Amino acid sequence: MLGVHDITISFEGRPLLERVSLALDAGEIVALLGPSGSGKSTLLRIIAGLIVPEGGTVEIDGADCTHVPTHRRSVGMVFQDEQLFPHLSVGANVAFGLKMAGMAARERRRRSDDMLELVGLGGFGDRQVGRLSGGEAKRVALARSLAPTPKVLLLDEPLTGLDRELHDRLADEVAAILRATGTTAIWVTHDAAEAAAVADRIVRLGAGTSS
Amino acid sequence: MDRYRDPLNRLPRWFVAAVAAPPLGFLLLFYVWPFATLAWRGLGVDAIVDTLDRADTWKVLWFTTWQASASTLLTLTLGLAPAWAVSRFSFAGRRAFLSALTAVFVLPTVVVGAAIVAVLPASLDHSVWAILGAHVVFNLAVVVRTVGAVWEQLPPELEEAAATLGAGPGRAFRSVTLPLLRPALAAAGAIIFLFTFTSFGVIRVLGTAGRSTIEVEVWRRATQLGDLGGAAVLALLQLAVLAALVTWSARAQRRHTHTIGLQGALPRRRPIGRQRWWVASSVGGALAVVMVPLLALVERSMRTDGSYSLAAWRSLGDDEIRPGLRLGVDPLGALRNSATTALWATLFAVVIGGLAVIAITALGRSGRLLDTGLMLPLGTSAVTIGFGMLITFDAPPVDWRASWWLVPVGHALVAVPFVVRAALGVGRSIDPDLRAAAATLGAPPIRAWATTTLPFLRRPLATGAGLAAAISLGEFGATSFLSRSGSETLPIAIERLLGRTGRLFQAQAFALSAILAAATMTIVMLVDAGAAFERREDHARRP
Amino acid sequence: MIRRTISAVVISALALAACADDSATSDEPDTITLVAYDSFPAADPENPIYLALAEFTADTGIGVDILISGDPGTMLSKATLTAGNPEGDVMWGVDNTYLSRAVDAQVFDPYLATGASELPDEFTELVPNGEATPVDFGDVCVNYDIAALAAAGIEPPTSLADLALPEYAGQLVVENPATESTGLAFLLATIAEFGDDGWEAYWTALRANDVEIVDSWTQAYYESFSWSGGSRPLVVSYGSSPPFEMLYATEPLEAPPTAVVESTCFRQVEFAGVLRGTDAPKAARQLVDFLITERFQREVPLNLFVFPVNPNVELADEFVRYATIPDRPLSLDPAAIDAGRSDWIDRWTDIAIR
Repeated sequence: MLGVHDITISFEGRPLLERVSLALDAGEIVALLGPSGSGKSTLLRIIAGLIVPEGGTVEIDGADCTHVPTHRRSVGMVFQDEQLFPHLSVGANVAFGLKMAGMAARERRRRSDDMLELVGLGGFGDRQVGRLSGGEAKRVALARSLAPTPKVLLLDEPLTGLDRELHDRLADEVAAILRATGTTAIWVTHDAAEAAAVADRIVRLGAGTSS
Repeated sequence: MDRYRDPLNRLPRWFVAAVAAPPLGFLLLFYVWPFATLAWRGLGVDAIVDTLDRADTWKVLWFTTWQASASTLLTLTLGLAPAWAVSRFSFAGRRAFLSALTAVFVLPTVVVGAAIVAVLPASLDHSVWAILGAHVVFNLAVVVRTVGAVWEQLPPELEEAAATLGAGPGRAFRSVTLPLLRPALAAAGAIIFLFTFTSFGVIRVLGTAGRSTIEVEVWRRATQLGDLGGAAVLALLQLAVLAALVTWSARAQRRHTHTIGLQGALPRRRPIGRQRWWVASSVGGALAVVMVPLLALVERSMRTDGSYSLAAWRSLGDDEIRPGLRLGVDPLGALRNSATTALWATLFAVVIGGLAVIAITALGRSGRLLDTGLMLPLGTSAVTIGFGMLITFDAPPVDWRASWWLVPVGHALVAVPFVVRAALGVGRSIDPDLRAAAATLGAPPIRAWATTTLPFLRRPLATGAGLAAAISLGEFGATSFLSRSGSETLPIAIERLLGRTGRLFQAQAFALSAILAAATMTIVMLVDAGAAFERREDHARRP
Repeated sequence: MIRRTISAVVISALALAACADDSATSDEPDTITLVAYDSFPAADPENPIYLALAEFTADTGIGVDILISGDPGTMLSKATLTAGNPEGDVMWGVDNTYLSRAVDAQVFDPYLATGASELPDEFTELVPNGEATPVDFGDVCVNYDIAALAAAGIEPPTSLADLALPEYAGQLVVENPATESTGLAFLLATIAEFGDDGWEAYWTALRANDVEIVDSWTQAYYESFSWSGGSRPLVVSYGSSPPFEMLYATEPLEAPPTAVVESTCFRQVEFAGVLRGTDAPKAARQLVDFLITERFQREVPLNLFVFPVNPNVELADEFVRYATIPDRPLSLDPAAIDAGRSDWIDRWTDIAIR
């Protein structure tokens, strides 16, 4: 489903990732675990096409897309700080990717309502993004990235900044939603317990490990 | 502030009144009163009927409106790329680039006009394109600075998020970045519209007959034809249009600002790969646009009779250019006067503007009225203000016509809106919980307010001071009205030199313009450097 | 007896009042203010104009402050607004196109300087009732760029009528009379030349001949005029422009690069007057007297860029050789100018711009 081969990149002259490879089967959830500065986020951004690697290739669905721009890759991403669009309502945020895909307005509305239902925020469509609580914002971010059914979903420390109780509950919920939707996902975290709780497989980055 | 309505901890009424009094008094005394006096003297049914009945009035209103709209749109469009480059990337000469843009803002219109004419092909010399071009050159700094200030606080991840959702770069910009920049674009657009709607110098230099703005008509009716009534009607017409615009833009800005949580300036990166090309071309393009007038004036100050010489510069310090021959203008004296005037004007503007910011945030709804009121002098023609002051302050105890401080006060009147605009956002965004925290630690209301508010206002007030100084250095309209012999400022000296026959006068005028530009750049750079220094300190303090 | 006493008291009271009046005049402030337009030199103790005024102060004990009031139109508008409660005591520089407006608005206390009888009739005729005192004059004329015309193989024009000929098509730049005084002077020149029934046809022809119209003298002379780098070799400027191009050249010149078409010149005469409402009328009159003395008038050409009205002043060599002072310049009666100005400008705008 997703193949990353021999990715190499350096940062300010210092090698950050060296010949890193990774492969995911369809529907598999892989946790990418490593200390900060180990290049986990950079690897996600390379897969998303936000950074061009110095060497190596990224394959999605068997096709080499190393030089395909982000918006044509069909990858979804949940950012660390959600990055919800502050000028759009919750519903419009979720429907954003559908609009880019050219879906008709009425269908968009239905689908985004469904997605909000899925993440437990039914009826939130008309709310303002700025008024959401921390947990609600994370759920909206998840709904937004899942709505256009990406081939791969990339989650960049999606649960940072939540209190312990909410963190644990949301980790279970998100993992359940990913499984229910059959989403192929890479989940970046520095928290081993979180990784163990959500993932089918754990890959450690840093200390020269690659798999 | 709204959260802070509990009667126990709020600022005492007398204190708010004491803070609001100086800016309000300043506005009433130096703007409302003179304006009302003039309107009272000049306005009559006849003047109104005559003016509204003249086909010319509507023709002028139409040209004024459409050239201002076109100039505003053009400047906003052309300013976007350099604003992006400046806010997203760090590159060599970034700060100098910003200062150069600002310096052009204060160049005498004659100089920019001459440069535009020099650059445009002869067939376009006196077309409407020359006017639009000059307006773009003057106002590019407004877009780059105002929009850039917001842009640098928008996380680039927002566009990346749009990309992961299938939006190409153009689409992501249109559907995410542009809407988020809208309040800043509206603010910049409002200021540019204000400037171009009331354009005087550019129209005087580049407008051919038949292309006149209301401002020029007011001046012409009042001074050349002695038709005070007609001038007053036109001035009120102009003010009405602009007051409507200012109210609308203030409302639009408020509507959008509260939903966006700005993050504070993000670190700027060095451009890489293809970005380098984009940054270079957008900065280079803008630089070309503003450097043309700057270089043109240096070139023209040295060009004499087809060859180059430093004659104009050599004779700058000494106004007796040959035995018995004098220039009648003392360039260094004018520079001194400009500096002194700018100093006082800046002081007045920062004190009044600073108090106004505090009062506006503390007053709530009536504060907005003060805010709008302080904006009005920007939209009132200098001729109107000048005439108003002249016939108002003519008898004891307010016989101030010969007072040295009237010119700096006139400049401050125009500069205060900029100080307020620069600092109001910060004043509004200070978290009320900070004050609550101070109160729980035992600070009485005024003390709690002072310790949590004043330190935050220092930096934006410094920015406002820089703008005020630049405005005062370049101000021409009001000065030419209030200026007395012996206190002529640089722009006045330049205008006087350019009003005479003789190559040397012309070359000297361009040399003085170069000095004016350099002085402005230096001041703006110092202010920018000061702000940057404080920002670095802040970063260092952060854990 | 009682009656006599009363009248004695009245008489002495009157005498007292007369005394008081007398002492009031000698109590006039010892410094007065001369209001002038913006091309008057800035205060500079070494400037010849100020040296001359310092001599006046030394002789009379009356100090003189200068107040720059704006361009001539603005200066007069200010004076009109403050008539009776003036900004100063004496005003310098109201010209013949504005004089009757100043008189109608009662800006001045009528005063013709002692010594005005020596001035040429040409000037004093303009103020038959002594409304104000003529102090300087100048001409607005079509100037041409000698080298540019020679290079194009065109003879310089010799009259206003010539300018409408095909060979001068696209060669002339003029200022808008609605916004620039030189433009107004040139319009008045055409009205003086062609009369009330001929000037409009002339302007129609000028327009057909591709005359360029700009808003200000600066733009016409320093941008459009070929001598300054523009493309038009004919420009409406001053009769004194050629000698000033010599005097204020950046490098010394052999001969003036520009010349004047003498028959196109329109005469502008400027006046000084005592401002009504001054608290120092005596001193103000003394200053007006001084302004037309040889001592002051000889500083006028090089510092105010106009010519002295006092015929006894000898002009500098450059002026004698290079200035054109036409014997019979075009002119119009000040009252006629003031009555017609607004209407003429409107009609001109219809012809030349629309």
